[in-house]
Amino acid sequence: MNKMTNPHRRLQKELADLKSAGLKSFRDISVHDDNILFWTGLILPENPPYNKGAFRIEINFPAEYPFKPPRITFRTKIYHPNIDEKGQVCLPIISTENWKPATKTDQVIQALIALVNDPEPEHPLRADIAEEFLKDKKKFNKNAEEFTKKNSEKRVD
Amino acid sequence: MDSDEESFGKSDSGHNSPTDDEDDFPMEMDQPPVKEKAMETDEYPYETLTTENIVQTMIDCIDDINSVLNLPKTTTRILLNHFKWDKEKLLERYFESNQEKFFRDAHVVNPFNKPKLKNKPKVPSSGLEECEICLSTFPPNMMTGLECGHRFCTNCWGEYLTTKIMEEGLGQTIACAAHNCDILVDDVTVTKLVPDLRVKVKYQLLITNSFVECNRLLRWCPSVDCTCAIKVQYVEYRPVQCRCGHIFCFQCGENWHDPVQCRILKKWIKKCDDDSETSNWIAANTKECPNCNVTIEKNGGCNHMVCKNQSCKYDFCWVCLGPWEPHGSSWYNCNRYDEDEAKAARDAQERLRSSLARYLHYYNRYMNHMQSLKFEHKLYASVKEKMEEMQQHNMSWIEVQFLKKAVDILCQCRQTLMYTYVFAYYLKKNNQLLIFEDNQKDLESATETLSEYLERDITSENLADIKQKVQDKYR
Repeated sequence: MNKMTNPHRRLQKELADLKSAGLKSFRDISVHDDNILFWTGLILPENPPYNKGAFRIEINFPAEYPFKPPRITFRTKIYHPNIDEKGQVCLPIISTENWKPATKTDQVIQALIALVNDPEPEHPLRADIAEEFLKDKKKFNKNAEEFTKKNSEKRVD
Repeated sequence: MDSDEESFGKSDSGHNSPTDDEDDFPMEMDQPPVKEKAMETDEYPYETLTTENIVQTMIDCIDDINSVLNLPKTTTRILLNHFKWDKEKLLERYFESNQEKFFRDAHVVNPFNKPKLKNKPKVPSSGLEECEICLSTFPPNMMTGLECGHRFCTNCWGEYLTTKIMEEGLGQTIACAAHNCDILVDDVTVTKLVPDLRVKVKYQLLITNSFVECNRLLRWCPSVDCTCAIKVQYVEYRPVQCRCGHIFCFQCGENWHDPVQCRILKKWIKKCDDDSETSNWIAANTKECPNCNVTIEKNGGCNHMVCKNQSCKYDFCWVCLGPWEPHGSSWYNCNRYDEDEAKAARDAQERLRSSLARYLHYYNRYMNHMQSLKFEHKLYASVKEKMEEMQQHNMSWIEVQFLKKAVDILCQCRQTLMYTYVFAYYLKKNNQLLIFEDNQKDLESATETLSEYLERDITSENLADIKQKVQDKYR
């Protein structure tokens, strides 16, 4: 039955499209251990305080993909109201209720980059950072910048 | 507890309030069976609906609207679901508001203004269309979509709908599979595209369920394995009996709980389920070690406490919670601590203790009747035997029916008694409570006597006697 081959076929195609698109802010895309359901890549945000670093992410596709959404985890530590210490991120576009099978990984990545660039402190995963973001933007910027310098990967612009 | 009492005081004006009891005291509480009859004659019209009836009711509802609006049936169904099956509200909104917005809010495409060119599928020169989900190409006859114009292959549609129905339990609220499209999939399309019969059945169940649940005048029978629903003409705190025999309160769905009101009952059940009483017990019977704050229950008479927490081992006085050292030589120093603060603390503990005792008083009696009620259900079996036995002793079938009836009434009495304790718990202490308690007492003793008669072995000698007694009691 083509139920098994479906996610692979679509993912191969999506991967090829993403690689050839040559996005400025999502690079170094590779398939982990020959497993097409497991991708890694580097996010290069454009907005300060994150624009000095690169952040490694993992994308896990379920076997039922695209009927169930992929999961995204940050491998690089990041000081961000919407990303917790374990690297989990709350992205509405890939929540079970909102997920649409016609949504492409490309669109998911765009949504993720937008969230990293412009944090949404209204529904935070880390309340402490969100509070700082709202009340003391200067301090937040300083902390986030230092944290990025210390923890993130080098950018190869 | 104060708030409980107060809120009750405000709300008991209606049914079976203690003031009513005062007037016809022997009637009200003593004989719930009589009252039950009064209920029936009071006329609370309701009917039991089977699953087929429910589906028919939905169809009737759709037809009603369509006789006015003349829209496609599938659209009407989505609209009705959006308005929680409130026909009046739907029509009112339809005629008063902007139609475009009306359809958009319900997540359907306006049937009078179809976006003809928008989202027009890309048809490559090959004549094949690409499915955005599996990224394969298909001839147009394998592709399908809703009014919004997003087309996918039938395979992907089936897979998508199956996931939504079986894993997320969605019925009438599945949206088109396209990114950012919120147009809802209608029931005919779902039934057409879902390949598996099992999934179709589940879908039907989900939409009937949402119909019953969002309709105020319908309620599923709460008894296990019963698939009927009760339909009423207006919602009220009333007993309804399902075809399966289960009697429940229409307003809240719990077992019929006269004389307690739904709100109070809910509060009581929550109270019983909560750990709050456990913590009350802890507050009433334990103290915390003043050094390491571990909770301690005193199990001996000596007030010289040594904390058993291995890392603490603090010596202190149970009475004043101060260090033990000064007590050794002059114990009575402890008394002088008895100033305002210490007194307040002790008063608080005292209050907790007495409120716990009060709760347990009512709770134990409530539970006891609940337990007895369970046992009475066993009685039906033994009574049946007795009835057969009596029929062998020259009594006709009609004549022995009184026994079964007596058990019915016994169960009703138990149930009412059970809830009278909940009722009493939330009553203020006053004259009316005393009157209520008197009535409760009478009902309780009558119930116990009846129970005793029914459990006693029936011998041929006292047959007539038993019949007399039993009949006297259950009246």
